[in-house]
Amino acid sequence: MSLHPVLFDVPPYRLSGVMVGALLNDPAQLAALGDAVLTAPHKAPPCAPVLEIKPRHTQAADGDPITVPDGEDGLEAGASLGIVIGRTACRVSASSAMDVIAAYLICGDYSLPLASHYRPAVRQKARDGFCPLGPRIVPAANVPDPDALGFEVAVDGVVVQRGSTAGRVRSVAQLTADISEFMTLRPGDVLLLGRTHGVPTARVGQTVAISFSGLGRLVNRLQREPAALTEQA
Amino acid sequence: MRSARVAYGGAIHSAIPHAQGLQLADGRVLAEQAVVWLPPFEVGTVIALGLNYADHVKELARELTVSAKDEPLVFFKTPGALIGHRGATRRPAGVQFMHYECELAVVIGRTAKRVKAVDAMQHVAGYTVCNDYAIRDYLENWYRPNLRVKNRDGCTVLGPWLVDAADVPDPHALALRTLVNDKVTQQGRTSDMVNGIPALIEYLSHFMTLRGGDVILTGTPDGVVNVEVGDEVVTEIDGIGRLVNTIVGDDPFGR
Repeated sequence: MSLHPVLFDVPPYRLSGVMVGALLNDPAQLAALGDAVLTAPHKAPPCAPVLEIKPRHTQAADGDPITVPDGEDGLEAGASLGIVIGRTACRVSASSAMDVIAAYLICGDYSLPLASHYRPAVRQKARDGFCPLGPRIVPAANVPDPDALGFEVAVDGVVVQRGSTAGRVRSVAQLTADISEFMTLRPGDVLLLGRTHGVPTARVGQTVAISFSGLGRLVNRLQREPAALTEQA
Repeated sequence: MRSARVAYGGAIHSAIPHAQGLQLADGRVLAEQAVVWLPPFEVGTVIALGLNYADHVKELARELTVSAKDEPLVFFKTPGALIGHRGATRRPAGVQFMHYECELAVVIGRTAKRVKAVDAMQHVAGYTVCNDYAIRDYLENWYRPNLRVKNRDGCTVLGPWLVDAADVPDPHALALRTLVNDKVTQQGRTSDMVNGIPALIEYLSHFMTLRGGDVILTGTPDGVVNVEVGDEVVTEIDGIGRLVNTIVGDDPFGR
C-alpha cells in the first residue's frame, strides 16, 4: 500500500502524517446508543472530545484499493471532513481556531464493525490503508463554511448516505481548540471532524465514492486480501 | 552498540557512550548534561500497550472489566507526546493523580507484515527505556485510555540510548524499576509481560505493517504512584538504560 503524497501549492505545502480523528461527534451517534452511555462500562456520556489516531500505515490515496480482511464480507464506509492545520496551534480558543486552519480535504474512514466504544478500536479501524485521503487539498479561503458542507457516499454509483457537517457536538473550530488544549498541533497535521450517523457498509468488489461539496470525490474499491501477503515482507 | 540523538552547538548529532559522558560522531566528547537529549532514533508510529503485566492488571482489576485473556489493549501516540532524557514534563495544576510508567520500548528495524511470532525477533532493531506518563483525572470510559490521559505534549519520555538487539540476549529477562527522588517505587521484570514481544509483533503485524522506526511500548508493571512538581523520576531497565525526567508545573509554560 503506497501513499502517493498529497501535495498542494499553499502553506503548509505538505501533510505531516499526523492524523487525529473525532469519534461520536455526531449527536445522532450518541443518541443511537441510548441509555448505554449511562451504564457500564461507560457510566457517563463523553466529556472531552473522543479521539483516535490514524498513523501512517492507515493512510492511502484516492484510487488505492481497500483490503477487506479474510473472514469479513465488507467494511463500514465512513466519510469525514479532514481539517489541515496550517500554523502551530497550542491552546487556541475556538474564536481564533479558524486562523490556524490552512485547508480541507476528504478522508475515508473505513472499519470493521465495532463491538464496543470502550477500548481504542485499533484492530478494527487502524488497518493498513483504511484511511484514504484526497484527491485534493482545498485552501480554507475556498471553503466559506466548513460546518455546513454537504456530502454523499455512493456504493457502485448508488447514493447510500447523504449528510452534512452541520450540527456536530464540536464544530471545526471547537474541535481544533479542544484538541490543542493538551496536544500542540503542527502544520500539516490533519484532524477528522468525524463520521455522520448511519454509516453504510460496502462489500468486497464494490467501489465507494465519497463526495464533499467543493472538495471533490474520493474513490476506492474494496478488494480481498491478496494471497501473497501471507508471506512476511 | 548504543546510540543516542542529541542537540548540541546548533545541530542534531548521533552520539555514543563515553567514560566522560558521550561522544558525538564528529569526535567531540561532552558531559551528559551539556547536550539536549532527544528520543534516540527517528520515531515512526508509537504503539502502546495497556495492561500487559499480570500484576498491573491485578492492581487495576477492580475498576477495569478486562482480564489478561483479552485481546491486547493497544493505542497510539503522536510525535508531539515525545521528549528525551533529562527533559521536563508538565503536571497541570489541580490534578490529583499523575503517574509514571516504566516500560521496555521495542524499536522495529525491518518492515514486518503478517509475521509469525517465531520469526518476529528478526524485525527488532533494538530497545530503549520509556516513561509513559498518565494523568488519570482525565480518564473517560470511551476509547479508553483516551488521548487526554495518554497523548499529552511531553508526557512520553524515551531514551537515553537505543541499544542494539544483538546486545540484549533475552529482552524477556530484564529487571525494571522506577525511582522517585531516589526512592524505589516500582519494580518488575519483563518476564511478567502478558504478551511477550514476539506475540505482540505477530498480533500487530497481522493488521498493520510495522516499519523501521516504529516503536512498541510494552506496558508497565505494578507500582505506579502519584508524582508532584519538583520530583525527579528515574525509570531504568537493567542493560538498557537509566532515563531521567523532572516534573514541572504550569509556570514555565506560561499557564
